[in-house]
Order: sequence, then structure tokens, then C-alpha cells
Amino acid sequence: MTEVYVVGTDMIKFGRFPDRTVPQLGAQAALMALDDAGLTIHDMQALYCGNLGEAGAMVGQRVLREIGQTGIPVVNTANACATGATAFREAWASIKAGLYDVVLAVGVEQMGKGLLGGGGGGSGIPVEGLLGSGTMPSVFAHVGLEHTRKYGTTFEQFAKVSVKNHHHSTANPKAMYQVETPLQEVMGAEMISYPNTKLMCSVNVDGSAAAVLASESAAKRLGLMGRAVRVRASALTSDPYSPRNLVMPDFNGATRLAAKQAYEMAGVGPEDLDLVELHDCFATAEIVHYENLGLCGDGEAGRLIDDGETAHGGKIPVNVSGGLLSKGHPLGATGIANIYEISTHLRGEAGKRQVEGARIGLTHVVGMGSACAIHVLEKV
Amino acid sequence: MPSPEPSAKPLPAVPFLKIPDDGEPYLEGCRCDACGETFLGDRQNCGACGTRGKMTTVRLADTGKLYNFTVVHRNFPGVPVPFISAIVDLDGGGTVKGNLIEFPPSPEAIKFDMPVKLVYRDAGRKDKDGASYLAYFFTPAA
Repeated sequence: MTEVYVVGTDMIKFGRFPDRTVPQLGAQAALMALDDAGLTIHDMQALYCGNLGEAGAMVGQRVLREIGQTGIPVVNTANACATGATAFREAWASIKAGLYDVVLAVGVEQMGKGLLGGGGGGSGIPVEGLLGSGTMPSVFAHVGLEHTRKYGTTFEQFAKVSVKNHHHSTANPKAMYQVETPLQEVMGAEMISYPNTKLMCSVNVDGSAAAVLASESAAKRLGLMGRAVRVRASALTSDPYSPRNLVMPDFNGATRLAAKQAYEMAGVGPEDLDLVELHDCFATAEIVHYENLGLCGDGEAGRLIDDGETAHGGKIPVNVSGGLLSKGHPLGATGIANIYEISTHLRGEAGKRQVEGARIGLTHVVGMGSACAIHVLEKV
Repeated sequence: MPSPEPSAKPLPAVPFLKIPDDGEPYLEGCRCDACGETFLGDRQNCGACGTRGKMTTVRLADTGKLYNFTVVHRNFPGVPVPFISAIVDLDGGGTVKGNLIEFPPSPEAIKFDMPVKLVYRDAGRKDKDGASYLAYFFTPAA
């Protein structure tokens, strides 16, 4: 089976664009990625389009209406927060399978403000707040406090994740927010669901990202190997059963399973990674994923954040883009925005936030319900 | 349409809350005969081991231990905050999420593994037909 390469990728600066439509936002990123590859929609043999909010509404086809209705196959993907990465993976898989040579993957989301989650209980009344809480900040507060239960992780340690990621984003022109938030400000912000304060919750923003993937023969034929990024691994998992996972949604099991598969496929271990973009939907999530991705041993995540090893310049920089916390988390776009970020570092084009000498990076997203997608990318 | 009588039987807030005509309310689940996993509510097949059609209905215990919690300060309009969202391992099997009430909503006061028990109270909400609902809650057990 052929190697698969990212030969073009870009994202719009995340923000709030109430006057744009979802297909317009998706089309904008698509054209940016196509331009980055020096290709056009006429060169694409398929489109995989990830969007949650309008999942039933043919977003991919409506993107093509904006940029060229060429009649190519369109698959619209929805996998909660792993939506964009699922579109990317399916694009990858289609090339691996030998169906196509050059494929476009787009992720796009337009979000309102306010709490996500807390859906109904299957009877006549909503049960949010009546039978516990299922809002996203609460779900991830439960995740964090499970870690506290096991290892004594403190509110302050969780808060340090936000300090780090907000700091990182000041060097990222694509981030929604580019503001320093000192520790006291993070801990003193409005408490949403202990231990997650408002500054420990990712921001609902509008955004889009896209990638052009190609087989090795197509990348060579088109003269695109110079800035190509190799996809060393792609892994996608659902949540394997674990006790309590029907009441406490699983993010750990799905991530560990996908990480194992990705490292095996790539033939690398976490110690080989130069940078990671992981799913910091909430500050508590980043802490557990340090261990889920094997960046440290179980129980060591608190020490990892305390020692600054996951900050830019540290041993294993995590979320130098600012992460979901500060760059933003437009649900369908995040899984491809991460690909863009890692690719940019591997190409040596990340400017002020460049991780020097980056050769191998990992992207991770995990959606509730659950779906985890991990990709390992390598500099060619 | 006339409202139901105040003494009319309430509806359960969730299907696995059972309100018998005589006797106290309780939570119902099922257990897989093959692997022993306990689930809330009713199902045909086991999501843990995949065995088909070997689920036995069980009445869940009224007591358990607090596995983990959060204190919620921001929620949808109309939901009184702060409240404690609790995840409880019931004795003998089953894990349930509910509000821990009659306890200070402070992370310092709440202890992992504290013993709790189930109580059943009016949910304080009516649906569009005026029906009232019964919900379950946790309180500290002695």
C-alpha cells in the first residue's frame, strides 16, 4: 500500500463570523489548502467533509457549490469532536485502499455561545441538573476529579494547563485568543464546574481547516514532495467497554487504544515525538491525556505540568498552537486544524512558535460517545 | 385539560426508576449472566462481553460509595446552583449519576468513597400536561 502525504493544508484564523455560512467557512479553508498545494478543486478525486452542527445537511456538497461542483464523491462525517479527524482519516484510508490519488478533507464548524451537553433523559422532563450534570464542563470536571482521586492532582495543576496554552497562543496568529492568563487569573475566574473555571474551558468559536492528501506517486508526479508531510499512522477507535463508562463517558480507554495502534503503525514510541497537539477541550482533559498518550507514566501528569516539560522549549511541547483552550474548538474543524499545526512545524514554517528541529508529531482528538482519532506525521 | 390530582402517582424522571403501586421506589438494572456486568435499565444484550439475550433484571441497592463528583456552578437557566453532581458505585453493582443533596457543595468537604444512600423526591418540575415527576438523589449515609 502506498504512503500517503499531506501536500497542502491550512486553516482560517478561528473567531466569530455570524455573517458567514458553514459552507462559506468550509470553502474558505478548502481554497487555502488547495492554494497551499498549488492545486485546484479539479485535481481532487473525492471530498471528505466533517461538520457536526449541520451533519444532516450535505455540508460537503454545499462547499463544492462554493468552489466547483465537479461531481466527485462526497462523504459527510460526524464523530463528535473527532469529526474533522475522521474526515482526514477517511481521506487517508481511501488513498491507502488505492481508490484515489488526491483527496480533499475539510472540517468546519459554526458554534453558538454557551454550555454544550446536558441532553435529555428519555422521559418528559430534562434531567440536567436534576440527576447530576452532563454538560461538557461537568463531564470533564468528573474526568479531572477521577485523576485527583487516583493521584491527588490539584486544582492548581489543572489550572497550569490553561496558563501554558494561553501563553502559547500569543505566538499563533491563527488562534482566536492571544492573551496571557496568569495562574491566579485562571484559578480566580468564574467557576463553571469544579475544578474547571471559565478560563479552563475551550472556547466555542467558528472555524475551518482543510488538508489535501496524496499518494506517493501523485505527490511525485505533481512535484509536491518538497513540502509534503508523511502520514506515518492513522488510528480511529470507539470506546471499549469499561465499568462506569455508560455513566462517566470514556475518553481514556479510547485514547489508549488508539495511541497503541498509532504507535505500532508508525513504528515509534512517545519518546520519539517532537510535539503533540492533543484534545484539551478542558484543562482537566489535557492532564489525563498526557498519561493516555504515554507522554509520561500513569500518575506522573501532575509532575509533567509542574516541571514545564510540556511547555514550548520543554521536553515534549504540547499544544504550542494554544490548543482548544485558546486557539478555539470549532468541533468539526479541530481534527484538521491539528494536522495543519503539526504539518507547519514539520515544514519549518511555524515562525515564532516553531518547535526547532521538529521531525515527528502526533495529533489527537476524542469525541464524547466516544471516538478517538490519532495521527502521527513525519517530516519527509 | 384538567390537571392531574395532587395525589396522582408521579411519573419517573428516568425509565430505570421504578415506582411500584405498593412499596418504595427503587432503581432497576440488569446483569449479564455470562460476565456479571451490571447495567442501569433494560437491555437485551451485554455491551461488555457481547453475549446475547442473557440479561437478568435486578433491583439495584439503595446504598453505595461516592466514586467521584464535581460541584456545578454554572448550568442552564432555571437550574439552581451550586449543586453536587455525584457518580456513585452502588453496593453489589451498578454505577449511577445523581445529585448529592443535604451536603455542603464544597470540594473540601466532599470525600471520595463517602458512603451515600438513595432517596426519592419530587423533581420539582411538571411537564406540559401538569404531571409531576419523581427523581432520585443521594444523601450521606451514616
